[in-house]
Amino acid sequence: MEHGSYQDQSKATFSLTDEDHTLANSLRFTLNQDPRVTFCGYSIPHPSDARVNIRVQTTGDAAREVLKDSCQDLMLMCQHVRSTFDQAVLDFKNQKNLEAVNIK
Amino acid sequence: MTSSESNTEVDSSWSGSEYEKERTPKIPVWDLPDVPKGNLPSHLQLQRTRVVCNKEAPTHTENIQYSGAYAAMGVDNSFRLDDFRKNLRVEVVRLTEDDIEFDLIGIDASLANAFRRILIAELPTMAIEKVLIANNTSVIQDEVLAHRLGLIPLQVDPRLFEYISENDIPNEKNTIVFKLHARCEKGGPRSTVKSDELKWLPNGSEFLLATENSASNTASKQKTYTSFSSSQDSLPEFSNNPIAPKYPDIIIAKLGPGQEIELEAHAVKGMGKTHAKWSPVATAWYRMLPEVVLLQEVKGVKAEELVNKCPVKVFDIEDIGKGGKRANVARPRSCTLCRECIRGDEWEKFVALRRVKDHFIFTVESTGALPPEVLFTEAVKILEDKCERVITELS
Repeated sequence: MEHGSYQDQSKATFSLTDEDHTLANSLRFTLNQDPRVTFCGYSIPHPSDARVNIRVQTTGDAAREVLKDSCQDLMLMCQHVRSTFDQAVLDFKNQKNLEAVNIK
Repeated sequence: MTSSESNTEVDSSWSGSEYEKERTPKIPVWDLPDVPKGNLPSHLQLQRTRVVCNKEAPTHTENIQYSGAYAAMGVDNSFRLDDFRKNLRVEVVRLTEDDIEFDLIGIDASLANAFRRILIAELPTMAIEKVLIANNTSVIQDEVLAHRLGLIPLQVDPRLFEYISENDIPNEKNTIVFKLHARCEKGGPRSTVKSDELKWLPNGSEFLLATENSASNTASKQKTYTSFSSSQDSLPEFSNNPIAPKYPDIIIAKLGPGQEIELEAHAVKGMGKTHAKWSPVATAWYRMLPEVVLLQEVKGVKAEELVNKCPVKVFDIEDIGKGGKRANVARPRSCTLCRECIRGDEWEKFVALRRVKDHFIFTVESTGALPPEVLFTEAVKILEDKCERVITELS
């Protein structure tokens, strides 16, 4: 859910349900590293509600698009982490097998 | 006016993930030849990349995330995927059946922490949720017994099952049923009930539902607490690999002579944030790589003193000839940052303790449902799914 104004799309608060620090803190990280963002932060209004508010203010672009780009960035980072990790595990297993063969 | 103009210039050439999609290749401003690509002064670089552990307290613990934090220095702090791809490294240190230790290098703490949080609280597993107790004459109360059963790790891939909601009828896709019937004979010694006595029932519950007119139903098949349309052991995943608790020797209860427990346990899919019994990891944690630096040479008696000061033997003594001794940092990775080595008057002048901010030593201990390396990839996938959900909701 987005809270903002139609006149000025560069500032908005996004209210995400069923999310917590896990996503919000990672998003804050990618948002803050975007040069279009002038301010960004998040809050969890009440610990009993599964809800997090993310505030995004930009230099002019629509906040919604900037947040979307940040999500995209985060997703690409995750994909890269996953492929790198899988490769590292595979390499480790191969190396272990090789050592086992050599010992025999 | 000038400032807004310069802003639009930055915007139009900003290269996010959509950069590749653009028809004409645009050159990002920071790749133009006249943009200064200065390096940060060394003290700022140290603050940016290291946590410094002083005698009293650590300093520079925060991560500098803002893209323009070093704009005045001509250093760009914004996120670039190419750099991330270039710098990320994963090195597996140890991999066994149920734990993994690996180094995750070149990643921000917010992401490392997201992975850790997902591993603990948002990866699903199967755990016993409902216990139907037919008979329990042991000294352990029904509710305590049910709680103990819930905490037993089950060796079954949760990806083969679905979540059950409150109004669902338990079926073969969302429930696993176990039977436990243990009795201690009179006149014999006391007996111990262990987790290997939980017997898997691939056809579902054997307890009959109480109906009002049971006489009329005698001909048809009696209803039980579950309604399985097929047997679970006919599935290829389970035919050679029956579902059972991960460990056979977990003590469930102790029975005295004449005591008996008869029950059925129904396991369902759930997540660690509902109850810790669904957490797939015993624990998952990371620590930042410790860095121990000798700021000046430590020789002779002082070297001996330094080696003895450290309780985890980070330092070694090397011979420098003519009976001279010099301390060196041999095992920085085992440093626990207890700060024992910088205690005392002038030791901070000799030793610097730091932590590398983007180097995480990750350890994942699996409880047995899935291998630890699979757990981590699943956790990363969940974060991807979360991002995707936000993107679809925004567009």
